[in-house]
Amino acid sequence: MKNLSNKEMTSWLFLAPVLFIHLLVVAIPSLSSLALCFTDWNGFGKINFVGFENFLELFDDRVFKKAIIHNLIWTVLFLTVPIALALLAAFLLTGVKRFQMFYRFVFFFPYILASIVNCLIWKYLFHPIHGLAAFFKDIGWESLATSPLTTKETSLYAVAFVDGWHFWGFLVVIYITAMYQVDESLYEAADIEGASKWQTFRFVTFPSIRPMFLFSFLIIIIWSVPAFDYVYILTSGGPAYSSEVVANFMYFEAFRNMNVGYASAVGALMFVYVFTILGFFWTLRKLGWEI
Amino acid sequence: MRISENKLRGAVSNHIILMTLALTIIMPIMVLVFNSIKPDEEFGINPLGFPETVRLMNYYDAFVIGNYAQVMMNSLLLVTGTLTVCLTFSSMAAFSLAVLNPNGKATILIGIYLLVGLSIPAQLFILPLFIIWKNLHLNNTFIGLILIYSALNAPFAVFLIRSYMVQLPRELFEAAIVEGASTFQLFTRVALPLSWPVFLTTGLVVSLAVWNEFLFAVTFIHNEEFKPISTILYSFQNRREENYALISAASIMMAAPLAILFILFQRNFIAGLTSGGTKG
Repeated sequence: MKNLSNKEMTSWLFLAPVLFIHLLVVAIPSLSSLALCFTDWNGFGKINFVGFENFLELFDDRVFKKAIIHNLIWTVLFLTVPIALALLAAFLLTGVKRFQMFYRFVFFFPYILASIVNCLIWKYLFHPIHGLAAFFKDIGWESLATSPLTTKETSLYAVAFVDGWHFWGFLVVIYITAMYQVDESLYEAADIEGASKWQTFRFVTFPSIRPMFLFSFLIIIIWSVPAFDYVYILTSGGPAYSSEVVANFMYFEAFRNMNVGYASAVGALMFVYVFTILGFFWTLRKLGWEI
Repeated sequence: MRISENKLRGAVSNHIILMTLALTIIMPIMVLVFNSIKPDEEFGINPLGFPETVRLMNYYDAFVIGNYAQVMMNSLLLVTGTLTVCLTFSSMAAFSLAVLNPNGKATILIGIYLLVGLSIPAQLFILPLFIIWKNLHLNNTFIGLILIYSALNAPFAVFLIRSYMVQLPRELFEAAIVEGASTFQLFTRVALPLSWPVFLTTGLVVSLAVWNEFLFAVTFIHNEEFKPISTILYSFQNRREENYALISAASIMMAAPLAILFILFQRNFIAGLTSGGTKG
């Protein structure tokens, strides 16, 4: 008996350091944020409880509403373009032997580059005078010589494009891993039946990688919520809030305006949203969906 | 004969599509490389192409003006500090979960806790963390940022190392116990030496995350002399907006160490970075 409790003690001792730093850095601040979102604290003065006022104010905030819509557009963009491109690339890659490692290397490469480096590449290319604009001017396509990052109508899409450009190779790699686990005999059967490439993809490849596909769906939805780096570095949400997203909005409320309560309310909403999505997927899984 | 002709045509069209996709990645990166060796005065007449005169001095200028000797040292310190703290703590936790108490209730609870921790958006906790760090005088210090990075990367590291350690044969541990090894010796003499491949993978992924990290670096370090490479490059970009030769060279210097590591350890990188994917 003594031996057993001793063993339990040791196993907790080995866990203690990680739990300590994780509680200190993530859990305790998260819980404080969930408490502070009901206050009007500004970081140093008195803390007043204000109930749901921050949330009411948020839903009246024009910029915040814009940011939410932009996050939804962002999510939909990432759920379509990178996924489609990555499925295409991964499917074609399974069919080629030569240069396969080269392609894989190239597609994945931007994923290991820092956001700041990727942003610089595209800041230059999308510059109103340099980069592609200068090139288009040279060959006489004046109408294309504008900067998508500083135009209100396109800034959000331009930022999402840069982030997507860096991200989609990650999807290629996880899809191709899944595709290589597909039973070879299924392909042979499809071949004998005379299936076209599209039919092979539609009826053999895609159903087999469905769990990985749904998983990528889930992580894209979750990762779109805190999207920050690319927006902050490329446009800071501008011009005129045309590329503002929730994470950037929260960052400025927090660190420029020191509205602790207000910013915490934004964080709390992001948290609730992420865990609703997780709960939704978890329920589907419980209901017997193959996720 | 017809089949092989079809196959050939198929392979060619595959390569055309794949090559087009690859070029959309290669060409922008090439432009960055060209810019980093282009003399300033050539930008006006040659926006995208290879420079007529190669100017390698851009790298020297960027290194000196950006004080890169110091900056690289800062980032290296953050990486090694995080690797030390994060891998030590995480391997202890992984050892506990995989070997000491593999089927305990605690294991499931801790697993759920770490999974939840992984999914919390940073925006929820970054502001209270900033206030706590200010009161602990950890803002603007390496140790403060190292603790944050260690905690943020710990869940991933624990899962990855644990998944390796559970596969170690239990007989090895039992034999060591028979020979009178203490629990601590089981950890240092048996579990750690046998798990080194997973430390390579985990270490690479953690290094990558720390070297490239932006949000916490820009929030927690304001003194120029302590700034890591990512935020230095950010202020560099803002201060010398139009000096593309210089900032391109600076960017390449940031990307190069990781690019080299990636070429050397491509398999480990990809396995590590996508392991979250396959475990769900």
